[in-house]
Amino acid sequence: MTVSRFRTILFTVTALVSLVGLADATYLTVQAFTGETLSCGGSPDCFRVLGSSYARVGGVPVALFGAVAYFSVFAFATFAAFEYARARTFLILTIGAMFLATLWFLYVQHFVLHAYCRYCLFSAAITFLLAGLVIALPSSQEQ
Amino acid sequence: MKRYLPFVIVAGIALATLGSGALLYHAKRPQLRAIPESTTAPGKSDTESMHVRGNPDAPVTMEEFADFQCPPCGNFAGFAEELLKEYDSRLRIVFRNFPLPVHEHAHEAAMAAEAAGLQGRFWEMHDVLYREQAAWSKAPNARELFESYAGTIGLNLDQFKTDVDSEQVRAKVDSDHALGDFLGVKLTPTLFINHQPVEPKDKNPAGVRAAINAALAEKPKSDADLSAPVNQANQNQTNASK
Repeated sequence: MTVSRFRTILFTVTALVSLVGLADATYLTVQAFTGETLSCGGSPDCFRVLGSSYARVGGVPVALFGAVAYFSVFAFATFAAFEYARARTFLILTIGAMFLATLWFLYVQHFVLHAYCRYCLFSAAITFLLAGLVIALPSSQEQ
Repeated sequence: MKRYLPFVIVAGIALATLGSGALLYHAKRPQLRAIPESTTAPGKSDTESMHVRGNPDAPVTMEEFADFQCPPCGNFAGFAEELLKEYDSRLRIVFRNFPLPVHEHAHEAAMAAEAAGLQGRFWEMHDVLYREQAAWSKAPNARELFESYAGTIGLNLDQFKTDVDSEQVRAKVDSDHALGDFLGVKLTPTLFINHQPVEPKDKNPAGVRAAINAALAEKPKSDADLSAPVNQANQNQTNASK
């Protein structure tokens, strides 16, 4: 298998994995917009996380930022798979930012809120997987 | 064609995400019914067992379905106090028990509050339960703490211990819960202002104040207009029981 083909496969897998994250983030965004996370009724730990002040930035649910980030990853990975030159750089930068944000959210859940939301943990796992996929990408010089 | 394909794929996913998000939003919005007027109108039988705070003849009634172990309900209780001071004689608050099964001690707490209510101290117990929520929520034996709160607010302790397990108290909690179920309550706190449900997204200080102000503005045309959704709800209840 050529390096170019291997790279295309990795970009395609990255795009598909990001769709799973997009679905998760979309679900959490909808929950935030319906006001459900400001109530009790679901998993108490989940609602403690999603109803906390850390779940919003300037009144905007962080899940919405997550959905935008996953969508960006999908778009950049798709363009990269079609060999658009700059898409790879944007993809790596976006996933790097998501990785740092994920570390922050894990810190908040563990040390500040002492509660875990399974949807947030699932999103963290997806981001770590995406980070692993971009690390596995051969450099752009390799052919 | 290959040049445009990524644009088509990305646009397709964007549309699919927005569409599924909109559908999910519509599906997840709680479908709440208006409260039948007979359950809150002064002079009706249920009024005697209702827990009302504020002016009993206030033009605006805010009914809250709440769970004593729910942290947002605890936060809301403090805000409700502020509202009562702010709106003074124009607002009354009705409390309804809606203990959620996900909260281990919620039902027991509701029973304790109702048992205190039999000695005329419901609101005192309501306040202490929310104030001490963090303590008893994690306690292995919450009952002991409830009994200590009963002593603190000056209840006859023997009577409280008897009442807290009584059928009368259980029936009151269950009756509130059944009303909540009928109305479509799934989350706590769930609010109704003058019988009309408050959208979950409006369960914030600005949203609740706006709903109260709107109810105050509408009040002059009250009875005739309010009876329409009430009659519909009564009709639904009749149909449901058939």
